[in-house]
Amino acid sequence: MTTKLFGEPVHRREDARLVAGNGRYLDDLGADALAVAFVRSPHAHARITGIDVDDAIDVEGLVAIYTWEDLPEGVREPLPLLIPHPALTHGRTAYCLAKDVVRHVGEPIVMVVAADRYIAEDVCERIQVSYEFLKPVVGLENAVEGPNLVHDDVPGNIGAHMVQEVAHRDGRATREVIAAAPHTLEFRLDIERSACMPMEGRGVYARWDADDRSLRVYSSTQTSTSVRMAVAAKLGLPLPKVEVIAPDVGGGFGVKIVHPWPEEILVPWAARLLNREVKWTEDRREHFISSAHERAQVQHVKVGFDDEGRVLGLDVEILHDHGAYTPYGIIVPIITSTQLLGPYKIGSYRVEFFSVYTNTVQVTPYRGAGRPQGVFCMERTMDKIAQYLGKDRTDVRAANFIQPDEFPYDQQMIFQDGRPLIYDSGDYPESLRKLKDLIGWDDFPAMQAEARKEGRRLGIGVGCYVEGTGVGPYEGGHVQVTSDGRVHVSTGLTSQGQGHETVFAQIAATELGVPIEKVSVVTGDTRRFGYAVGTFASRAAVMSGNAIALACRKVKEKALRIAADALEADPADLEITDGMVHVVGAPSASIPLATVAVLSNPLRYAFDEEAKRATQFATGGSMDRPPVAEGQEPGLEGKDYYSPVRSTFASGMHAAIVETDPDTAEIKILRYAVVHDCGKMINPMLVEGQIHGGVAQGVGGALYEKMAYDEYGQLLNASFMDFLMPYVTEIPKIETDHLETPSPLNPLGIKGAGEAGVIPVSAVIAGAVEDAEKIVVDKMPISPSDLYALRDSSRTSGAVSLLRNTQ
Amino acid sequence: MAEAVEALAAAGADGKVLAGGQSLIPLMNMRLAAPGQLVDINHVAGLGEITAEAGGVRVGALARHAEVEASETAFAAQPLVRRALRLVAHPAVRNRGTTVGSIVHADPAAEMPAVLALLGGSVRARGPEGERDIPAAEFFTGPMESSLRTGELAVSAFFPAAEGGTAIVEVARRHGDYAMAGVAALVGPDHARVACLSVGAVPVVVDVTEAEGDWARAARIVRERIEPEADIHATADYRRHLTGVLAERALKEAADA
Repeated sequence: MTTKLFGEPVHRREDARLVAGNGRYLDDLGADALAVAFVRSPHAHARITGIDVDDAIDVEGLVAIYTWEDLPEGVREPLPLLIPHPALTHGRTAYCLAKDVVRHVGEPIVMVVAADRYIAEDVCERIQVSYEFLKPVVGLENAVEGPNLVHDDVPGNIGAHMVQEVAHRDGRATREVIAAAPHTLEFRLDIERSACMPMEGRGVYARWDADDRSLRVYSSTQTSTSVRMAVAAKLGLPLPKVEVIAPDVGGGFGVKIVHPWPEEILVPWAARLLNREVKWTEDRREHFISSAHERAQVQHVKVGFDDEGRVLGLDVEILHDHGAYTPYGIIVPIITSTQLLGPYKIGSYRVEFFSVYTNTVQVTPYRGAGRPQGVFCMERTMDKIAQYLGKDRTDVRAANFIQPDEFPYDQQMIFQDGRPLIYDSGDYPESLRKLKDLIGWDDFPAMQAEARKEGRRLGIGVGCYVEGTGVGPYEGGHVQVTSDGRVHVSTGLTSQGQGHETVFAQIAATELGVPIEKVSVVTGDTRRFGYAVGTFASRAAVMSGNAIALACRKVKEKALRIAADALEADPADLEITDGMVHVVGAPSASIPLATVAVLSNPLRYAFDEEAKRATQFATGGSMDRPPVAEGQEPGLEGKDYYSPVRSTFASGMHAAIVETDPDTAEIKILRYAVVHDCGKMINPMLVEGQIHGGVAQGVGGALYEKMAYDEYGQLLNASFMDFLMPYVTEIPKIETDHLETPSPLNPLGIKGAGEAGVIPVSAVIAGAVEDAEKIVVDKMPISPSDLYALRDSSRTSGAVSLLRNTQ
Repeated sequence: MAEAVEALAAAGADGKVLAGGQSLIPLMNMRLAAPGQLVDINHVAGLGEITAEAGGVRVGALARHAEVEASETAFAAQPLVRRALRLVAHPAVRNRGTTVGSIVHADPAAEMPAVLALLGGSVRARGPEGERDIPAAEFFTGPMESSLRTGELAVSAFFPAAEGGTAIVEVARRHGDYAMAGVAALVGPDHARVACLSVGAVPVVVDVTEAEGDWARAARIVRERIEPEADIHATADYRRHLTGVLAERALKEAADA
């Protein structure tokens, strides 16, 4: 059947627009708007003692200069702490414009509005801000050791402290279990900072309609509905007078779920105050120093295990670098703590984290959101156990796997959505079998030995993960069939290039039995759909996909009921194919869905031929019933919401073969293999695309990217010249295989796939480099210079053994 | 051309030449450079030529990297020019950027200054006082600094054919990035030398004739002669080690060429 599109590799419908340069991104809008630039702090930690604008006010084209003093009530308060948590005892957020103290390089201090960006930046250069320098706090361990404080009233720079423990089933505490275990290991792991780095940075464009007393805001955001509520609240406007639209958005990867950004409040505020269109487009340096980073953690691990490599007890202490502020709460370290468990049954588990303030850019979720760090910890642990016991690394993992007949599996923790960490479905042994086949795991030792003879160093690594996706609380979908037979689908969450226009259309076309060409999809426009949460946590397909399916089912039910009247048939005997409602097995008894849409809306006035058929003298029908039956609404449309009881858990396993150069210490990925399970796939091509992009970002995090802060809190590589995002030339061919274990939690049986690819890459590459070099790799990313230094230190320390960290 | 030289002289220290703009424009974009006047030479006639001359090839100031890379004239005179250009950034940059512009920019991490230094080439400059040829050994005076005088326009560069085989190898973090280390080598019947990138204020030319074909020994000589510095991508130790490895590889390849 032509309309069964769910599961098909349908080409991306948005690409004709996006790839041909016809996308409308934030900076493509508002060509005549006033431009905004900011004076941002050049210092990591300082008290502002004065702001002198004397040299600036005569610049031609200047419209306005604002400091914190100029901001009205609502705008001058600290920005909201979006996700409070009892363990976050010292949550702190920034001001829209700095008040008194700046806490990282890049914090906005002065807002300049001018005729264009050149003039606005010229003005910024002429504004003199004077500072009293405060001691910068840089580096996790420096922050914890003190005595310098990022926030005067946060002792020890500890924003949050949380301990979670899942005791052994015999009731013993984790540390007790480890102490009594046959074997134990203890080690430290380090993960560097990276960042989302969407090709399009942030941006806000606002228009105030003085006649209508309403505000329209365009923002390059991952949540237009929530930006709308924040703007209305901060500016004291009635919600119906504010609309927020996410236009085409050039990538998000997490940074654009944070809101409201200072600019998202300031730009609309200025637009209203000045009664002019105002726009701010972030430049790349601003993105580096004024948005958000992620990943940096130091982990101290103790593990106890038996002769088979089964983990009896795991004790992890995490120092999590939160940067200067905590607007997104402690979601990242909570995810690290919970998702660290991966596909494994751990005998007992204790995890403790300290969320630490430093004078650096704030930390909020970046694709993977704490999972890469957790997986790095667990997978390094598995490798070390295997090494210690002299076992194959995959055998140790298999010995710890949750088995297919053990689902739903309760990890007895609380996940990031505040709900139990219960895995809904999966088949980890089968995933591993597929992965080993795909990469040729069992043949590798022979290949490695052969290469050794030629002086080449090859290594193989493996990493497994489980990813909680599709977190609530809800998303909604609205589906309307108009009298021309077109199907209009809208959902409130936003798109950043994922392919929502394609997959949501596939779902609607399949559910309604219409050609995909008839379906159009709108996302992230509060004019079309007001209730939504946002696009993050691999949730769009699960949440809005299911909501749209449910909305379509309502539409279909209504369509069949109306058609049944018209065809004098039983609705149960009808189906819709290619946009025609017909009796099953009797295609001649049919009525177009477009006509059903006409009939669904009784009319008094005719404006075209279609409409004539629905007017009061044309329809006939019973004179005993009202034209719109009781309990019914005019129009062929439906709206529904999907709200899951808890997250659905996707999983995957990666393996890589790397080669290291014995002389130059260059690291090359020769092969990269992925087995992925996101339940039923709506579109396998898009799933693979998500995996490819994720792996590419993971390779960046493993081999290239870091935030090079110096001791003064200056970011030394705040440009694409020195922050090394991999090019396509650095990304290996990615070989993929799929497994589909449907989720029992939602009508479509699907799980999220957006973040998956990035999650285990650092763990996989660390394992592979370690295997090639026979040197412990516990710190990522690793560069050729790092590898050279590691070789050097392992030579001079005389301890080449992989077990030098062990007890 | 006379007008360009005149405009440049009139602008004095406040003037900058705009050719391909692949370094200057980003610097201006980031407000790291703010020249008062730009002298755009893109429409000056006669600057784009690539000409065979006795003992080498002359490359005009407007010859784009991509044109020089594709030029059979340049390749016939000195194949190292093409090989080195393939390591310069990416095709999009090479389509616009000029070889002479890269030399005048005098980045010690760039390939073309090292090639000019290795081959003992020269830069032809024209100023208010006329034309002069500046030997490579005198041209590069520091990082992003050359001996071009204020008001002088570099009109061409001359790459000598040079007797012997040549090679260039480098290691960059990513394809097309400035190299962490790189070595261009020239090996003739009775001479051998290398020019090293990214290990000094200017391209560092080291004569390794005394190694007498023992390239491991040559690598040791090179390691002693260079003064690399650490940056966020590589330690000084690693750069020194890497330059030695690459010197040995480049010399071996040049000797076999």
